[in-house]
Amino acid sequence: MAPQINTGDTAWILVSCALVLLMTPGLAFFYGGMVRRKNVLSTLTLSYIFMALIGVQWVAYGYSLSFGSSIGGLIGGLNFIGFQGVDASPNPDYAKTIPQGLFAAFQMMFAVITPALITGAFVERVRFKSFLLFSLIWATLVYDPLCHWVWGQGGWLKNMGVLDFAGGTVVHIAAGFSALAFSLVIGPRKGFGTAPMEPNNIPLTVLGTGLLWVGWFGFNAGSALAANGVAVNALLTTNTSAATAGLVWMVLSWLDGRPSTLGIATGMVVGLAAVTPASGFITPMASMVVGAVAAPLSYYAIRFRDRRKLDESLDVWACHGISSTWGMIAAGLFATVSVNSDGVNGLFFGNPAQLGIQLLGIAVTMVYSFTVTYVLAKALNASIGLRVQPMEEEVGLDISSHGERSYS
Amino acid sequence: MLKKVEAIIREDKVNDVIDALKEIGIMGLNTFEVRGHGRQGGVQLVGRAGTYQVNMLPKIQVNIVLSERNLEPAIEAILKSAHTGEPGDGLIFVTPVQEVIRIRTRERGQDAMMYPGDIDERKKQSAG
Repeated sequence: MAPQINTGDTAWILVSCALVLLMTPGLAFFYGGMVRRKNVLSTLTLSYIFMALIGVQWVAYGYSLSFGSSIGGLIGGLNFIGFQGVDASPNPDYAKTIPQGLFAAFQMMFAVITPALITGAFVERVRFKSFLLFSLIWATLVYDPLCHWVWGQGGWLKNMGVLDFAGGTVVHIAAGFSALAFSLVIGPRKGFGTAPMEPNNIPLTVLGTGLLWVGWFGFNAGSALAANGVAVNALLTTNTSAATAGLVWMVLSWLDGRPSTLGIATGMVVGLAAVTPASGFITPMASMVVGAVAAPLSYYAIRFRDRRKLDESLDVWACHGISSTWGMIAAGLFATVSVNSDGVNGLFFGNPAQLGIQLLGIAVTMVYSFTVTYVLAKALNASIGLRVQPMEEEVGLDISSHGERSYS
Repeated sequence: MLKKVEAIIREDKVNDVIDALKEIGIMGLNTFEVRGHGRQGGVQLVGRAGTYQVNMLPKIQVNIVLSERNLEPAIEAILKSAHTGEPGDGLIFVTPVQEVIRIRTRERGQDAMMYPGDIDERKKQSAG
């Protein structure tokens, strides 16, 4: 029987599409509030620009490379180039009850936010031109292939049975480890470790956290690609993990002296990132464990990074890379077909093999994203340079890169 | 002789100091925000994971220009109202001023600093 559009599913995914898009401005504010005042516009723009850049790249060829007809399980073909054939009719490989155009639009929002996440690593010193070039190449060489491997029909990690409900590997581990690689190449900000670098506007960061949490319902629950029980489960696990991680981080922050607003907000985001790959496969109680463990993991990852004196400025690796690694493992532990009959069971439900498959997915994502990013960053640094001039960095990127003052 | 008083005080003492000065009849003043520290050192704030040190602390500088004869009452008013006893109460600097001119009326010197009900008028009233 030919696939038929379900109006309930379609309405929900239309909304999810908008929710996930809203996460990119949310991320922009989350990051923007944490940098120094002279770089706030630059930091916002590093995120916002992806709505434009990937908005074009995805339609032009990104969707095709990610979800097109598989070439050896490694990359999609060009059959969807320019969105040809991507229209109101469903693509039964991906979503039987919504138009493929909608599936593609929804996926685009993931492709938009993933490279935006990486920007946290190199704020306050990256050269805008180099960043644009890096981003376009990264989307093409890292995001699109990785997306194909994990979610594309015929993708080799998908065929191996890797469980990634909404983007633990494709989005968070990839962004986190790419951020790590980039920060190793670009080097620290001038004065890192000695000069004060206080967040200029924590209210912006808190605003961003709220937008991210709400948007994440689209990110995770929308990844059910239907208005059904799995979507509801994903919403519940998303919320519970965020809530638990927020509470735990509040306690950790309290032990530092006083419970900081910034700490609580960070904890919430870490909980959201952690549960992402498992959200449609595990129970709400399991998601409480996910959030509770993710918080100290990321917290101590930040402290570790700090002790090593690495200026991965906004802790993308610690907050997204590490937390989602745990989330992928958690999927391998807690997944149960009673939540999602299209999934499999994890270790605690009698299927220890899944954990091994998850570890494979994690390892491949880490190695691939780190390596390609490192090589790309090195090549760009050697040719056109990744950083602004020292004087431009002193004055601030708002003025030197964008010719603007944030608050006049 | 004209003098300028620059009093660097705690942010939360600004209203107390302004009220105390008004009470003795010193009405014209301005403030601006400064950052700095003396013996107080810095303060430790909590970030997203761990603490960090902030050494330049926000303070308020109150500026008054007045006649030398009103200097001690003004200083005494500030000292009483800005005091807490903890490090970080601040400092007062006194410097000479060459000239004062009121823009609206072009009055200079003593005339430029007169306000109805101010410290000099009160002294005159209690004397006369």
